[in-house]
Amino acid sequence: MSREDAEMEMREKILTFIEKNSRVELKELAVILGVEEAIVANELAAMEEEHIICGYHTLIDWEKTGVEKVNALIEVRVTPQRGRGFDAVAERIYNYPEVNAVYLISGGYDLLVTLEGKTLREVAQFVSDKLSTLEAVLSTKTNFILKKYKDHGTVIKESKKDERMLVTL
Amino acid sequence: MRNPLSERIVEIAPSGIRKFFDIVSEMKDAISLGVGEPDFDTPWHIRDEGIYSLERGRTFYTSNSGLKELREEIARYLHRRYAMEYDPYSEILVTVGGSEAIDITMRAMLDPGDEVLIPQPSFVSYEPCAVLAGGVPVRINLKEENEFRLTAQELEAAITPKTKLLVLPFPNNPTGAVMERKDLEAVAEVVKRHDLFVLSDEIYGDLTYLNQHVSIASLPKMKERTVLINGFSKAYAMTGWRLGYACAPKIILEQMLKIHQFAIMCAPTTSQYAAVEAVKNGDEDIAMMREEYNGRRRFLMHRFREMGLSCFEPYGAFYVFPSIREFGMTSDEFANRLLREEKVAVVPGTAFGACGEGYLRISYAYSLETLKGALERVEHFITGLRGGQ
Repeated sequence: MSREDAEMEMREKILTFIEKNSRVELKELAVILGVEEAIVANELAAMEEEHIICGYHTLIDWEKTGVEKVNALIEVRVTPQRGRGFDAVAERIYNYPEVNAVYLISGGYDLLVTLEGKTLREVAQFVSDKLSTLEAVLSTKTNFILKKYKDHGTVIKESKKDERMLVTL
Repeated sequence: MRNPLSERIVEIAPSGIRKFFDIVSEMKDAISLGVGEPDFDTPWHIRDEGIYSLERGRTFYTSNSGLKELREEIARYLHRRYAMEYDPYSEILVTVGGSEAIDITMRAMLDPGDEVLIPQPSFVSYEPCAVLAGGVPVRINLKEENEFRLTAQELEAAITPKTKLLVLPFPNNPTGAVMERKDLEAVAEVVKRHDLFVLSDEIYGDLTYLNQHVSIASLPKMKERTVLINGFSKAYAMTGWRLGYACAPKIILEQMLKIHQFAIMCAPTTSQYAAVEAVKNGDEDIAMMREEYNGRRRFLMHRFREMGLSCFEPYGAFYVFPSIREFGMTSDEFANRLLREEKVAVVPGTAFGACGEGYLRISYAYSLETLKGALERVEHFITGLRGGQ
């Protein structure tokens, strides 16, 4: 294995692990992966620098907190701009803080925008006042999320109990 | 009334560990590190095929030796994994777990008085199965200084004119020991020289962390003397499906099939359909779980080193087998006190043979979080013991 391949493999191992548990301590991660702590530290720093690691977030089931949140997926059809394609209009949209994600999509529409607001009304208002009025936007279709079953590869419900017998040989 | 019981059965001692199990199961808040099965759910695509087979009404018996498609997939797996050639139509039998395969192998091969060599510590059913088949179990005590591998010398020393079968339980439950190619080659030489046969229980064969597992059946002239046993429980996290298989030369397998046919009929149909999917498309699941187990294994070894607890480094299965000799207690005492004082359940090494005295089996089929919490309690316990000396 070349040095680049080995580095790639180590990076993939680190990323696979922290994608599911970003709170792991450096020392512990090094033990689990069977390498020196310095190697893990260096790779993490480099990947943050290269913006491969773009942040460390927490997956929250807001529904259980009593804090009101409304999420929507908005399908947006737009006119691409000469020379800049979809990037300019995407940037116009993602700069709004209430926008969670913007994806360029193949298929029946162009951009998929996910939004978070406090109320249905707030989200609806954003779409009609801010999004639809952008010159490049041709049409929007708003889909409200009614329930989250699984997010970021994690099933949103009570964690499963260990139902195995306590001791088996 | 006459004695309703068979003497042969009554004479088999019930597992001495029963009492310990009962105490554990009463303790609601104990952390257990005592299980011998994966903590993962069976991968969904495998469960899905099981469900689908039920929806399609595939609820009948299969042929005695198992679904043809499953045997073909097993043969392909053995080829791609070990470069071994087994004929799916005459050399592979699908069984109810590896356990059934152990039982019928012994019954098909042993005559009264035939000696069966059983290296220990090892899984609990070899000895009773040998007795039930009329054989005479002969133990070989494996040693930590050999990393609990079976050496040619140990084997040689145990052989008598009556020896017929050697049980080869690697990767090993409870020690986590593996046998590498060179170890197997040495053993195979002795086996051939003394004209013995081998029951190779490779149920943990997909879970090794140093080198790929080598099957003794893949060594020159060993296939004809080996019954290879494997299954779906450990590698695919399918313990409850009860599905395993045996691969053996036709002449042996035919007789095993006879017992299986009369006692079992066939392995559960739903499980067999799910297993087809497992062997066909499950290699990645195994790799993912192996990686996860390996991280936990390293974590445990690291913690033992921190605590100064002596433990040889195991490279297979999902167990570590630390030594507790320094504390001057039996395994049983240690496990009982650890349970009562710290509410952590581990299995005393003696559950796997007398030579397991002085050791504990700790399973890492648990999440890192669970292991972490439990190991803190273990550390607290042994720090107390050391302080009190």
